[in-house]
Amino acid sequence: MSKDQYIIEKNGNKYEVIIGLEVHAQVLSESKLFSTSATKFGSEPNTQVSLVDAAFPGMLPVINEFCVRQAVKTGIGLNAKINKKSIFDRKNYFYADLPQGYQISQYKDPIVGEGSVVLDLPSGPKTIGIERLHLEQDAGKSIHDLDPGSTLVDLNRSGVALMEIVSKPDLRSPEEVNLYIKKLRSIMRYLGTCDGNMQEGSLRADVNVSIKKVGTDKLGTRCEIKNVNSIKFMQMAIEYEANRQAELLEAGNTIEQETRLFDTKKNQTRSMRSKEDAHDYRYFPDPDLLPLELDDQFIENIKKDIPELPDQKKNRFIEKFKLTPYEATILVSDLNTSKFFEKVIKKSDVKLSANWITGELFALLNENNLEISESPISPENLSKLINLISDGTISGKIAKTIFEIMSKEDKDPNIIVEEKGLKQESDPKALEDLIQNVLSSNEDKVKEYKSGKDKLFGFFVGQVMKESKGKGNPQMINKILKEKLNG
Amino acid sequence: MAHLIDLTLSELVKKIKSKEISSKEITSAYIDRSIKSKKLNTYVEETFEEAIKNSEKFDNNPSFEKKLSGIPLAVKDLFCTKNVKTTASSKILENFVPTYESTVTQNLWNEGAILLGKLNCDEFAMGSSNETSHFGNVISPIDDNLVPGGSSGGSASALAAKLTPATIGTDTGGSIRQPASFTGTVGLKPTYGSCSRYGIVAFASSLDQAGPMTRDVKDCALMLEVMSSFDTKDSTSINFKRPNYFSDLNKNIKGKKIGIPKEYRVDGMPSEIENLWEKGKNYLKDCGAEIIDISLPHTKYALPTYYIVAPAEASSNLARYDGVKYGFRADGENLIDMYEKTRSQGFGDEVKRRIMIGTYVLSSGYYDAYYLKAQKVRKLIKNDFDNVFNNVDAILTPSTPSSAFKIGDKTNDPVSMYLNDIFTVPVNLAGLPGISIPAGLDKNNYPLGLQVIGKPFDEQGILDIAFSMEEKINFKLKTNDWWIK
Repeated sequence: MSKDQYIIEKNGNKYEVIIGLEVHAQVLSESKLFSTSATKFGSEPNTQVSLVDAAFPGMLPVINEFCVRQAVKTGIGLNAKINKKSIFDRKNYFYADLPQGYQISQYKDPIVGEGSVVLDLPSGPKTIGIERLHLEQDAGKSIHDLDPGSTLVDLNRSGVALMEIVSKPDLRSPEEVNLYIKKLRSIMRYLGTCDGNMQEGSLRADVNVSIKKVGTDKLGTRCEIKNVNSIKFMQMAIEYEANRQAELLEAGNTIEQETRLFDTKKNQTRSMRSKEDAHDYRYFPDPDLLPLELDDQFIENIKKDIPELPDQKKNRFIEKFKLTPYEATILVSDLNTSKFFEKVIKKSDVKLSANWITGELFALLNENNLEISESPISPENLSKLINLISDGTISGKIAKTIFEIMSKEDKDPNIIVEEKGLKQESDPKALEDLIQNVLSSNEDKVKEYKSGKDKLFGFFVGQVMKESKGKGNPQMINKILKEKLNG
Repeated sequence: MAHLIDLTLSELVKKIKSKEISSKEITSAYIDRSIKSKKLNTYVEETFEEAIKNSEKFDNNPSFEKKLSGIPLAVKDLFCTKNVKTTASSKILENFVPTYESTVTQNLWNEGAILLGKLNCDEFAMGSSNETSHFGNVISPIDDNLVPGGSSGGSASALAAKLTPATIGTDTGGSIRQPASFTGTVGLKPTYGSCSRYGIVAFASSLDQAGPMTRDVKDCALMLEVMSSFDTKDSTSINFKRPNYFSDLNKNIKGKKIGIPKEYRVDGMPSEIENLWEKGKNYLKDCGAEIIDISLPHTKYALPTYYIVAPAEASSNLARYDGVKYGFRADGENLIDMYEKTRSQGFGDEVKRRIMIGTYVLSSGYYDAYYLKAQKVRKLIKNDFDNVFNNVDAILTPSTPSSAFKIGDKTNDPVSMYLNDIFTVPVNLAGLPGISIPAGLDKNNYPLGLQVIGKPFDEQGILDIAFSMEEKINFKLKTNDWWIK
């Protein structure tokens, strides 16, 4: 058992947590799964609704080929089996925001079968199995708090294409769930199949949690926490749920299979419906749609379209640029970050670029809560700054000052160096003069040094730097000082 | 005027094109007669004023190159018609006015036809006697107190009573062919995928097909030619080369092999029907066709299979009528209460019965025993037909096991009502084309029909066979206008 394993401990009994996720990812597409209505987020209510979406009599669904393409693309990105024949089923239930009285989904025969996702844990890589991916329609939205007397319905989302990605119960901790969601999102963003925007609901998940005593094989009864829309809430829900289940077992109770909701105000899960009250969805193949059949050529064409994915890019960064796995993982986790990095290193030192992006730039972005696509410093200018360091024009310390200026105004660092006179002093003659001045005005310290107080060397460097107003080339100062003092 | 309404559709088209008569003359004649025939209760929505205007518009600027130039037509109220109330004869859609047009009706208007009004039918096309309509039962012009059949009962009655020169219906288990048979008219159910389902109020999606109902086979070919089209708005529409059914129609069926399935000789079938079937065979022989005995061994399972598959699909198709978006809504304490009240008040008994059966057979624990098994049997029934079509070109059967019955005779016995569809249902389950033509009369002088079943997409084949038989049979529909005061 490794040190970083997530364990719930109650009365000295240790429980392992078993987690499986059903992620609902909105397909990035201009139009809906079975109609031509637009899918733009945040539009006026009921402005993106066709007769099909509102389930008018005699209206029929027609599959949007682009959404099929997106699902296949995602399946390939998850190293999954693409099923050449899949079937759309009707999932029947009544709700005000479900105009048809059924959701068109895929039940027994999904478009994508088993696949996998690799997580980069501190202890090494871990493979999470994917059970399946299927296409389905989203429902509309019921709004209960706008009119005191009634519920209002917005059908803009009705019929929007979702990919439901079901993992195997391979996740073992809230942190693994965090990494899994981020990895999934990263893959889909690389592929352009889902924007992964959790605030807008483009990515949400049902979380299945069960616990089992460490050392035993017997799986516990699982509870499903419905529709959690942020990673933080997923983690909190798992933590709460695992502890709740452990407490139940410790008190001699059994866990009932049920569907629960996460209350984001109380940070608790609560029962939504028991197994007995579970809906009978009466799934059956939708007679309005023929089985979806894909030919080899269709799949091959999509394969040709698959860009370099995070894992491949990471390996390339490690092999080609000699980055550490840690650096590479960080740089590839977000497609835009990796693009930024690759722009910077076109003309700059790789190692320095990696350090500056993961260090200074990330700190700056975090501080201002910005995405890398919104970076105040362009990759071109960052590259120039790094080159000024590499060729000795400025020191690392000056570079940070310039970076600070650039963060407020995205200016060519060469110009900043010129304007502010920040160019590094590397002229041996000038440095020698500076050093001589410092030594002359500190004769007592020179004596002390010479009598064995080696530590004073740092003091002299500092004084020279100060005299040069920080512009002295540190390597040269070191070299000349040593010659003078030891000579 | 009497002369005008006695002309067949193809004769009318000819006379309009030769400018012997105007669209307005025809339209007015049908409207006059329709107004006098209210007793039959065929129309649920009349668009007479608009029809007159449209006929005038046509006459002022006629386009004779179209296939139905200036022809007035009433259609079954299951087809959505833009800006004209479409109810499916249900209270739940009582005031529903679509903003769109079904593909099939659009095809009619594109060829110059003019809408006369919407015709009564069984509620959501569920019924075999037109007695389940929210707007009351339809009376057959054949006899007072006689049902016209169903579900396209309003269409059959209006056609037989000469309130429209031709009409269209939908057929899920016999809803075109059975009423055609009961009223001495011609009705054709095309191959599944031939006519678009877009804009037709759905009953059972895998079985529903629109088709023509006409006075003779020629008219039937003409109507089918206009109705049938490939439609990308219906995913089950099939893109095949559609012949010119009307101009290609011919009586040369020499050497055609016609199968006679022994399983259609059911217990209790009146001898008149047996005799009629026998006559039909002889007519075909006279035309040079060869008669071959065949077996469709799974026929006896067709009706139970149908009454699982159709209600299952219907229970889901009708879920959208929930009072939320359009149609009838009953007030309720909360959402669930509103659903329950809306649906209990909005649907009639037969529709509720089928929703309940359908919900039951799809329920977890029963799905495998009913729905799944029914799908397997459906495949066997289809295989039966595929097998015999290796040896025969078409199949001849009676259209129904009996002639029309009295209003109210079977309303309390749903199973005996369902048995009416015994010869038509297998054709829907297999997705094949079938045509019913009038072939004779029973002892009460009620019409009886014969059905010709064809290979997939061979509408032309069964039309040609029906065309040949029609000449030999020489059936004349006689009504004495008893319902007109």
